[in-house]
Amino acid sequence: MLQFLQNIFGQGSIWVYIIMTLPPLVFMIIFALAAVWLERKVSAHMQDRLGPMRTGYHGWLQTVADITKLLQKEDIIPVAADKKLYILAPYVVFIGSFAAYSCIPFSSQYIGSTISLGLFFIVAVSSFVTVGIMMAGWGSNNKYSLFGAMRSVAQIVSYEIPTVFVILSIVVLAGSINLQEIVQAQSGWFWNWYIFGGPGGWSKIILIPFILVSFLIYYVTSLAETNRTPFDIPEAESELVAGYHTEYTGMRFAFFFLSEYANMFAVSAIAATLFFGGWQSPFGDAIPFLNTPWMQVFWFIAKGMVFIFIQMWLRWTLPRLRVDQLMYVSWKVLIPFSFVNLLIVSLFVMLR
Amino acid sequence: MPEIKTEEMVLNMGPQHPSMHGVLRLELVLDGEIIIECTPHIGYLHRCFEKHAEAMTYPQVIPYTDRMDYLASMSNNFGYAIAVEKLMGIEVPERVEYIRVIMAELQRIASHLVAIGTYGLDTGAFTPFLYCFRDRERILELFEMTCGARLLYNYMWVGGLSHDIPPGFVEKTRDFVKYFRPNIKELNDLLSFNKIFIERTANVGILPPEVAINAGASGPTLRGSGVKFDLRKNDPYSIYNKFDFDICVGKGEMGTVGDCWDRYIVRCYEMEESLKIIEQAIEQIPEGDISSKIPKNVRPPKGEIYFRTETPRGELGYYIISDGTNSPYRIKVRAPAFCNLGILPYISKGYMVADMVAMVGSVDIVLGEVDR
Repeated sequence: MLQFLQNIFGQGSIWVYIIMTLPPLVFMIIFALAAVWLERKVSAHMQDRLGPMRTGYHGWLQTVADITKLLQKEDIIPVAADKKLYILAPYVVFIGSFAAYSCIPFSSQYIGSTISLGLFFIVAVSSFVTVGIMMAGWGSNNKYSLFGAMRSVAQIVSYEIPTVFVILSIVVLAGSINLQEIVQAQSGWFWNWYIFGGPGGWSKIILIPFILVSFLIYYVTSLAETNRTPFDIPEAESELVAGYHTEYTGMRFAFFFLSEYANMFAVSAIAATLFFGGWQSPFGDAIPFLNTPWMQVFWFIAKGMVFIFIQMWLRWTLPRLRVDQLMYVSWKVLIPFSFVNLLIVSLFVMLR
Repeated sequence: MPEIKTEEMVLNMGPQHPSMHGVLRLELVLDGEIIIECTPHIGYLHRCFEKHAEAMTYPQVIPYTDRMDYLASMSNNFGYAIAVEKLMGIEVPERVEYIRVIMAELQRIASHLVAIGTYGLDTGAFTPFLYCFRDRERILELFEMTCGARLLYNYMWVGGLSHDIPPGFVEKTRDFVKYFRPNIKELNDLLSFNKIFIERTANVGILPPEVAINAGASGPTLRGSGVKFDLRKNDPYSIYNKFDFDICVGKGEMGTVGDCWDRYIVRCYEMEESLKIIEQAIEQIPEGDISSKIPKNVRPPKGEIYFRTETPRGELGYYIISDGTNSPYRIKVRAPAFCNLGILPYISKGYMVADMVAMVGSVDIVLGEVDR
């Protein structure tokens, strides 16, 4: 797509960059609208109720109504707030979660940026969100916000370590840190996906249990990174009212909300890319019309949505952990397991 | 390197806080997230029930008792009605006693469902809360069928009841018992024995039995500490001695005796026992008239009485002084939630802010009753 645009507008034209940026942004907004509605309906049906039913067919316009309401809200800045930090924080959070989309391959023809350090970049910018959350918590000048921000920083920093370890085990297998190349390495039938040991002979069967453990660890840590239940302690409503965004109203609040949902999809997309073949059709090239660039987008989003659904499922089933228990899970359970896992996978790759 | 200066932080939890169960304000002194001191401040819902009652006639006080513990209005009516009857020396018909016990036990289940559901909410589980409210709805329908009200019933009058049970009530109650039994198991699977839930509540907020007794705690809060004391058995009133049921106590199955999980699970087990009582009572209801003993003019002789009953929250006592007129000279209520709240400063020291929420929830207070 980059090449195509450069042919039209010429090398280095500003329009190339603008148009390249648009698809993830448009996707993110539509996705957030759909996911908020889905969250309501999923939770409703799990809880023996109907959820929104009045706005459109089965309430599908509910999120539009919500956004309209949020737009009309008064924009309140608390008197005692640190104004600069308070105003800037939602945008920093949003930028952090949006930047991750630049390296996610939506199809073989589209990836926001072709830098070869894609995975590294995503891990780096997702930590950027922490800065925004800290700014919001400190700038609000509210004790609950401060608590939420402190918890969030502690949580994201400690959960990044196991995340990186399990991501590294896939990087070792694929021999690349470029997400597009990792996906291409999984081409063919679905048993070439890394969750099934990746491409290769029968020897990969030894690898499958370790990859499964990697995937589980990645999924748990991704819940923590996106502040979802059972790790939603930074915004634990029964303890901290709303955590770091307690004081925010209107569109500023909506930005936090949007970036939370954007983050949810980002981590699901990375799970799909690393373990489930990204945009690859499960049937590979055996059925060619299922592997066209547009169908690839479909496969990619469908795989992502499965994980989104599981996130919602967990959210409406499990209670919340406490801060110290959260740290315990990360430092004493996930990190040793992911580290040993990485060593074994590396050993396997060396001996193969 | 200069030493880093740290200081304690004061956090006002409530009265506007999502998990403060009404308008309780807790003044927490914190060291980071560790609670050093906790002071409950009450009185945001004070409505002068006791003073009001002095200006009312005896029957007029009953609607006010509804509004004390608004999650267990039937039980509040019950205690007051018996107290005044004892003062006047009225014996109520057998049928009235049976209906009263059935209503009080249904109310106990309804109240425990709210306690359990909101406790799940406090620990972050949203779904059990709605399951509990769905089941509670069935009980409220039964109440609505009987007396028209869903929350504040004004049902048990001095000497009788406001209405007899309607046709179909007995069958519907039987249906409810049959419907609700499996749901307790579902609730236990979903919440009570959930690993995360146990991690959050076991070994948190431990209340030793001696402290519980000294603080005057009662109800599930006392029984959670392993003290086998239930007024329905230990000081039977009405016709509770006719039924076969157990007193559930906390045994420290998941942690230490008297922790939050014990206080919680006692409520789950008690719902089962209440079902047993309802099952027995519904089969034995005698025929009869429910309003034959309602006095035209409630005018107790000079004297005083203290009468206590077991509400879902514990020992509810009415102390009534009569000067021989048709309105009480003085009514004092010994509210279980008020006494139970007193243990909070003791049990909360050294735990974290997140545990505070779990502890408040496990004590199950209703601010309407604490402040009156």
